[in-house]
Amino acid sequence: MAMLVLVLVCAVVRPFNWPEAVVAVPAAVLVVATGAISPGHALDEAEQLGPVIGFLAAVLVLAQLCDDEGLFQACGAWMARTAAGRPRRLLAQVFLAASAITAVLSLDATVVLLTPVVFATAARLGARPKPHVYACTHLSNTASLLLPVSNLTNLLAFAASGLSFTRFAALMALPWVAAIAVEYVVFRRFFATDLDAGAQAPPTGDAPELPLFALVTVACTLAGFVLTSALGVDPAWAALAGAVVLAVRSLLRRRTTPKALLRSVSVPFLAFVLALGIVVRAVVDNGLDTALGHLLPDGTGLLALLGIAALAAVLANVINNLPAVLVLLPLAATSGPGAVLAVLLGVNIGPNLTYAGSLATLLWRRIVHAHDAEVQLGEFTRLGLYAVPASLCASVLALWASLVVIGA
Amino acid sequence: MAVVVVWIVEGTWPACVDAARRHAPEDAEIVLLHITGQDIADAAHGAFAGLLGRGHPERDPGTRVEQLAAASAETLLQAAADRLGRPCTRVERTGRAEREVLAATDGADLLVLARDGDRTRVGPPSLAPPGRFVVDHAPCPLLLVWPESAPDLTTLPDRP
Repeated sequence: MAMLVLVLVCAVVRPFNWPEAVVAVPAAVLVVATGAISPGHALDEAEQLGPVIGFLAAVLVLAQLCDDEGLFQACGAWMARTAAGRPRRLLAQVFLAASAITAVLSLDATVVLLTPVVFATAARLGARPKPHVYACTHLSNTASLLLPVSNLTNLLAFAASGLSFTRFAALMALPWVAAIAVEYVVFRRFFATDLDAGAQAPPTGDAPELPLFALVTVACTLAGFVLTSALGVDPAWAALAGAVVLAVRSLLRRRTTPKALLRSVSVPFLAFVLALGIVVRAVVDNGLDTALGHLLPDGTGLLALLGIAALAAVLANVINNLPAVLVLLPLAATSGPGAVLAVLLGVNIGPNLTYAGSLATLLWRRIVHAHDAEVQLGEFTRLGLYAVPASLCASVLALWASLVVIGA
Repeated sequence: MAVVVVWIVEGTWPACVDAARRHAPEDAEIVLLHITGQDIADAAHGAFAGLLGRGHPERDPGTRVEQLAAASAETLLQAAADRLGRPCTRVERTGRAEREVLAATDGADLLVLARDGDRTRVGPPSLAPPGRFVVDHAPCPLLLVWPESAPDLTTLPDRP
């Protein structure tokens, strides 16, 4: 347990700017060496996480290459053009773009690559950027429900649930739509004043060329996910194929270098995920399962699903959604895929409640880095208080309906 | 020489510049003031911080948003200065809008600002919290304008 706390604290605080893996990997080695987890269990966990991590790496590279191809710039130009100087319409475009990008290219793409583009687009239109930027941060969580690739938490749950790619997507489609719709209504009301302030139509410059090749590759990758899961092949291969196609093209056109590609794979992050998984498994093996097992409702009735999602949301806010999902998955998996998906609703939507996805993150950053500017928490938290409970309830209801209609 | 501060806010600034052009004395020194809120960049920083384990602080979108915000503030003040069409001073500050505006109007002779709330009817909701705070605490005379044409008085609430 102490080891888990140490790993999490170091991941949040990042002493000396070390990559998170610097503490997490030795910690994982230590829990195996001291016998806190049997080598068999550790290997078991590593075998389960291996393909997930490969999948993640492929998606991270795919998103970065799409950015190199100019996909996000083209997206910004499209939003500016179609918004035609109307902030409310711009918000709708941001919702569409952020939902699609989060679902297909993962939440990292929305946070890191789309958010600055959205800010620049709003600024270019002379619209107040706050509703649009906040929409990106909220949707990076809420819109990450749809596909296993949308969020690392989904990939972990996907591996544990035993669902096929298409079945996962079919069950999560309705909750995804429900959660985004609730967010949209909340945003329209919450930011009514900011959205009323006018904006100008953009200067009609040359629209950047649509990166057709990147778009087609992403579409083929999506089709590949469906095909591989129908054939019973790991869909990670489809993601790898998409990433390789774009990488080869970018390398041939000298838009990227092997070094930049390797950096976008983000090896320390992958090592961190693996190590965190092993440390969490050790904690779960040593008694956390029985402690939390009493708290987690059994079954997949509507009330049980609500209970599971609420617990997951609370845990995601107290620690962070990554360790939260690692802790809750083995417990929920015994109740079936429905319970696993309810955990996902909680850990994916929950982080919108607090500013940095978890109270712990925020408090530590505050203490350690002693931000010279005061962090304005009030508005962000108020928005979360309106949006999170409502979208969580709507999506749980939608999941329950999907489970009844489609069946787990 | 009289000092007239014009608070430039995205979406509503043209009305303020027009009002300054119309009402500021010929010899007045006009200050165009824009405040960049820290909260938007902070939201981006926060979203990145929530992605546990990603490392690469140079990929933090909050930093990029800060740079973009600085550039956009400059463009906005340039547009306002062009619309004003007479010599002026441009001031850019960062922080909580209402506090920064009050700090910047210390010693000024007039502050020009636009209503930042509900613009469909007359009444107190036409001021959002930042505007309300400035109106309530301003140390100088105010010129409070409607961003577009004012709603007509039929939107006045009925007499109790």
